[in-house]
Amino acid sequence: MSIFNFVKERHRGRKGLALAALAIVLSSCSSTFGGYKGATTQGQSEASLYQGFMITGIVVAGITFLGLFYVLVRFRRRKGTNRIPAQRHSNLPVEVIYTVIPVLIVIGLFVFTVRSENKITQVSSNPNVSVDITAFQWGWRFTYSNGVSIVSQGANYPQLVLPANETTKVTLVSQDVVHGFYIPAFNFSRYALPGVTNYFDFTPTNTGTYVGRCSALCGLYHGEMLFSVRVVTPTQFQSWLTQQKAA
Amino acid sequence: MTIAEERSDLSHDEGGHEHDHGGPRGIYLWLTSTDHKVIGKSYMYTSLIFMLIAGAMAMIIRAQLTGPNNHLVSQQTYNELFTIHGSMMLYLFAGPFAFGGFANYILPLQIGAPDMAFPRLNALSYWLFVTGGITMLSGFFTSGGAAAFGWVSYAPLSSYSNSPGAGPDLWIVAIALTGFSGIFTAVNLITTAFYLRAPGLTMFRLPIFTWNMIVTGMLILIAFPILTAAMIMLYADRHFGAHFFTVSGGGSPVMWQNLFWFFGHPEVYILALPYFGIVSEVIPVFSRKPIFGYKGLVFATLAIAGLSTGVWAHHMFTTGTVLLPFFSALSLLIAVPTGVKVFTWIATMWGGDIEFKTPMLFVIGFLFTFVMGGVTGVMLAAPPIDFAVHDTYFVVAHFHQVLAGTAVFGGFAGFFYWYPKLTGRMYRESLGKLQFLMAFVGFSLTFFPQYLIGLRGMPRRVPVYLVSDHVTFLNQLSTVGAFLTGASFVVWLINMWISWKKPVAAGDNPWDGHTLEWATSSPPPHHNFVSLPPIRSARPLWDANHPEHADYKSHGLEVRDHEVKK
Repeated sequence: MSIFNFVKERHRGRKGLALAALAIVLSSCSSTFGGYKGATTQGQSEASLYQGFMITGIVVAGITFLGLFYVLVRFRRRKGTNRIPAQRHSNLPVEVIYTVIPVLIVIGLFVFTVRSENKITQVSSNPNVSVDITAFQWGWRFTYSNGVSIVSQGANYPQLVLPANETTKVTLVSQDVVHGFYIPAFNFSRYALPGVTNYFDFTPTNTGTYVGRCSALCGLYHGEMLFSVRVVTPTQFQSWLTQQKAA
Repeated sequence: MTIAEERSDLSHDEGGHEHDHGGPRGIYLWLTSTDHKVIGKSYMYTSLIFMLIAGAMAMIIRAQLTGPNNHLVSQQTYNELFTIHGSMMLYLFAGPFAFGGFANYILPLQIGAPDMAFPRLNALSYWLFVTGGITMLSGFFTSGGAAAFGWVSYAPLSSYSNSPGAGPDLWIVAIALTGFSGIFTAVNLITTAFYLRAPGLTMFRLPIFTWNMIVTGMLILIAFPILTAAMIMLYADRHFGAHFFTVSGGGSPVMWQNLFWFFGHPEVYILALPYFGIVSEVIPVFSRKPIFGYKGLVFATLAIAGLSTGVWAHHMFTTGTVLLPFFSALSLLIAVPTGVKVFTWIATMWGGDIEFKTPMLFVIGFLFTFVMGGVTGVMLAAPPIDFAVHDTYFVVAHFHQVLAGTAVFGGFAGFFYWYPKLTGRMYRESLGKLQFLMAFVGFSLTFFPQYLIGLRGMPRRVPVYLVSDHVTFLNQLSTVGAFLTGASFVVWLINMWISWKKPVAAGDNPWDGHTLEWATSSPPPHHNFVSLPPIRSARPLWDANHPEHADYKSHGLEVRDHEVKK
């Protein structure tokens, strides 16, 4: 006799799956599971990966918890009883199953991870715009290829302006300690490290203004090392750039 | 074969006096003892005091975050608080509580040994740990304040020019001291488990708790020397003009991250494995069954230890300096042996006769938070998701669920499980259950909102946030949860107080335990055992008390014929 008594339990398993599926359908209505949809093509790729992980997580955790609660209720000690249950030590097929299934899930997750990560970390060789970003205690400097430079001045948070639907290549360095260049709505962050130059691309899809911040503890005013990002149409972007150059 | 009954005349029903051989008592005993039981208890009580101090810091941190622009503490104080909160919880509570406390007290008993292999080295470990803890806390009394660069102490923020003063130096010395303490304890425990096992107790008959301590010890020997070396390099950078981590001197700040996390990720399992061991003891006893898939569980533990040395750079995905697919694949793979453990625990309960005493309730709380933290951990193993939430409250919620959840729920499961053995007294069951309920509700209420806070982009280690972040309400929920969790520890203290003032004798074996620590009196005599039951399986005491259900009669285990015929 199998320890898990599979025949009897199969129905419960199905019910559990159905419940988990229902939970997924219900929460998929809001679809991003609390995360941002991503205002760049890169960020959207992250969002769909996150969605996939979340659904997998809900199914796995759901099945685990259903199993746990079933065991706790079904095999609780009843009042006034004193029985010694069957002393089972192992069941090789069961052990193989609960080892192999997680391996398969992990392989699947890894394939999707690599595909998404290749899209997100790809750096274009001929971007439409290039920006050099320097992080320092406690602010940011954004320098465009035509020499226009926007820099933090005290509590005046600087604004990074980007064209929509065009690819911007960012070159990120730090002037002093480790900082984190983080735009939550883009689903992206990258450390600014002293002695290391980092490159990455943004291709914003929606116009709008977003908050950016430092994510890596960088000293006393880390919490106030903010900036903003404004995504505009390419024509607006060009006129803004010319205007800044003239100023 | 009624070992428990035979021994009962030796027990001390009033409890509290474990030294009848005319040795020192009270503070002299604490200062001079090399008995593993005294040192084990000292470790536990000291680390629990550190936990209460660090927990109080967490309350201040949460109070500061109830509103977007609070000014309860200054930015500098805030940075000091979360730095020391994290450092104390990791270095001075979670590790020493289990590996210094439980392992010290329980491991020699579980293997039928009279003491640790090196009793005086054991005392040295404890005193290094206490000295380290006091050294770290004394940073608050320096003119520049305590260290304020986070428990990870990233270079070059931790350099002398960026973090001047004595506070950071005290922090570095404190970590080095506790590091040495951990290394010595690891050497001691491994030697004890390899050389002082009672006759018949083969490696594959060791209790899972003891197995986990051996593996933890090995991980400590791999990881802690790296940390200690890194601390010495950092100190040399700060004071002797070395340039390990400064760009201008030809050093590399990223090197610090590699060194730190090469310690730091195994450290996560150094903190977790001992508690997994506790859980693996509590579940079988309160289900009245042997652990399911014993060897699978041991191999899963070894696999976790092996993999944990190859995943450190998943803390560095956003640095742009590491090979993403490699570290992502290994990090995802860790989910497999961890999953095996969870399924093993559930399978152990399957078909059992589960009794919901306080230790078992804490184990269930552990399982719940650990699976939640595990699932979000798998997400963070994917670099794209890590890019989106790295250094946010999503990560804070994740590691509190896996680490704090494990140390608090696993730790208190062990505490209540072995409390009768440690003291000879019972705790009050109703207060224990109330503590569990408050801690479980409070803990969930603290950390579930933090996942959402992180997804909305609030970074960790910031004292202020924007109203437009829409995280104010979630932060308030989290604070309420934190204070409820804090209150649960008051219930625990009341429980201890009542148990101390109005002792109820526990008896030698109140839970119908399986392993050798329950075969001696509560608390055990000076050299632990007067006699031992025959050891023919992983559950010698169960075999002795339930000969008709003894393990050596079942088919699942290797049994040598001559042992059965004896």
